[in-house]
Amino acid sequence: MTYQLTDTAEQAPSKRIAGIVNTPRLRLFLGNAVADYGLLFAFFAGWQVASSAGWLNPAVFPPLDHVAAALWTGIVSGALLDDIAVSLQRAGITFLAAVGLGIPLGLFMGQIRAVERALDPILQLFRQTSALALYPVFILLLGLGEASKVFVIFWATLFPILLATIGGVKEVDAKLVEMARSFGASRTTIFRRVILPASVPPIFVGLRLSATTALLLLIAAEMIGANKGVGFQVMNAQYNFQIPLMFAAIFLLAFLGLAANRVLVLLQRRLCRWSLTEH
Amino acid sequence: MSVAQVSAKGEVTVRDLSKSFTLDGETLTVLKNLDLDIAGGESLAIVGASGSGKTTLLRVLAGLEEPDSGGVLIDGAPVHGLGKERAVIFQEPRLLPWLTVLGNVSFGLEVQGISRSEAEDKARHYIRLVGLGEFETAWPRQLSGGMAQRVGIARALTVQPEILLLDEPLGALDAMTKLTMQEELTRIWTEEKVTMALVTHDLEEAIFLADRVLILPREKGAHPRLIDIDLPRPRDRSETRFVRFRQQLMAEFGLH
Repeated sequence: MTYQLTDTAEQAPSKRIAGIVNTPRLRLFLGNAVADYGLLFAFFAGWQVASSAGWLNPAVFPPLDHVAAALWTGIVSGALLDDIAVSLQRAGITFLAAVGLGIPLGLFMGQIRAVERALDPILQLFRQTSALALYPVFILLLGLGEASKVFVIFWATLFPILLATIGGVKEVDAKLVEMARSFGASRTTIFRRVILPASVPPIFVGLRLSATTALLLLIAAEMIGANKGVGFQVMNAQYNFQIPLMFAAIFLLAFLGLAANRVLVLLQRRLCRWSLTEH
Repeated sequence: MSVAQVSAKGEVTVRDLSKSFTLDGETLTVLKNLDLDIAGGESLAIVGASGSGKTTLLRVLAGLEEPDSGGVLIDGAPVHGLGKERAVIFQEPRLLPWLTVLGNVSFGLEVQGISRSEAEDKARHYIRLVGLGEFETAWPRQLSGGMAQRVGIARALTVQPEILLLDEPLGALDAMTKLTMQEELTRIWTEEKVTMALVTHDLEEAIFLADRVLILPREKGAHPRLIDIDLPRPRDRSETRFVRFRQQLMAEFGLH
């Protein structure tokens, strides 16, 4: 019962609010909020105070209200929105392409042992080859334009999805497959009703890993050779010494990452209600 | 021979059955020239030391393994591979975790091409029969071991097989649950009038459930022993004759 502990810890403030809000539900909510986000809030507050008071160099760590202002102007003027749109498009298209290729290919490879065996060493090699190290190669091949950027992200996102799917299919409990077989299930039925649903949770692990990688590679690619995008904006703002804007772009990236993960978690909850532990 | 019930369907005949496996280049004979007759509606327990081939025999009967030579006839007709007239209950419940109890129990019928609504109607009947009526919508992870095994039993019954093949179905349950489930199995067997072949390593369970106990010999090719358990049902574990059967079976294994 964690919230009770926090309740006692936060007795002083909750007593003060008690006159205004005395419903136990609200107190529970506040207690939870403090337990979950208290430290994060303290971090931001510390930053704000330290920067305003001059304990931190405000040229490097501008007060958060300046960062917030830069973010607001960027969004209202549409400049940052453009960057977000470009970045999301790059990462989104490649992520979807990696999903579209990785999952079917993985489902196929995981089922046929000979194929999986033959392809595994080369996949392992490709996976271990840093996509960023290959970026120059992709630039040589595809030029500095959109194609090389998209391809480097694609390269990096494909492997987590592909390997997670192959692993998921291979790890399906052979006893469940035999059970289905004992009722006379055909190969396609077994695939559709046993292998596919059993692979969903491991595939989601790959998807979440891939989404993180996609954003990481997106920033790197945009920093190296782009004139638009959130990653470009981080670099560009730093060149022009617009430090609040730089932080605004960094926070925006963090937010995109959190949002992508959140979407995937919600999707996973919808699809795998059965695998969830009860709360 | 005092086979309790003889119904027309679900008669199993095994003729000259041999099965061996290759392990690390060595051939391991598991069953050799085995003959066996199971009457329709009979309950047969198969016991034997580990390595005697009792599980292999059951798997061949189920059609999950192909015999090397000889064969299995059901109601007089030779069978190859799996068939709808047989259903297997495994030691582990083997439930699909992404399906509810209802989904799992109707799974067998659905896989056989029966429409979902029809399969679910039948499934509901058997879920009630195994006493899980209130748990239709539960997920497998919410069930205890005994409950999960009941779901596995209901799933096998739902396809309405003539022959129920049980591979140590209660082996993984705790002692108390096991006793309850043995009584449940007796009741189900009586109500459903199916032929039952049960592999077990629990001699008392064999005596409690079976019309006859088949003891598979350790030496391959030797004649298996068959013991008639001519006790009335419901059986009483503490009754003198029950205890005497237990002693007799223990003696077969050199135990006291």
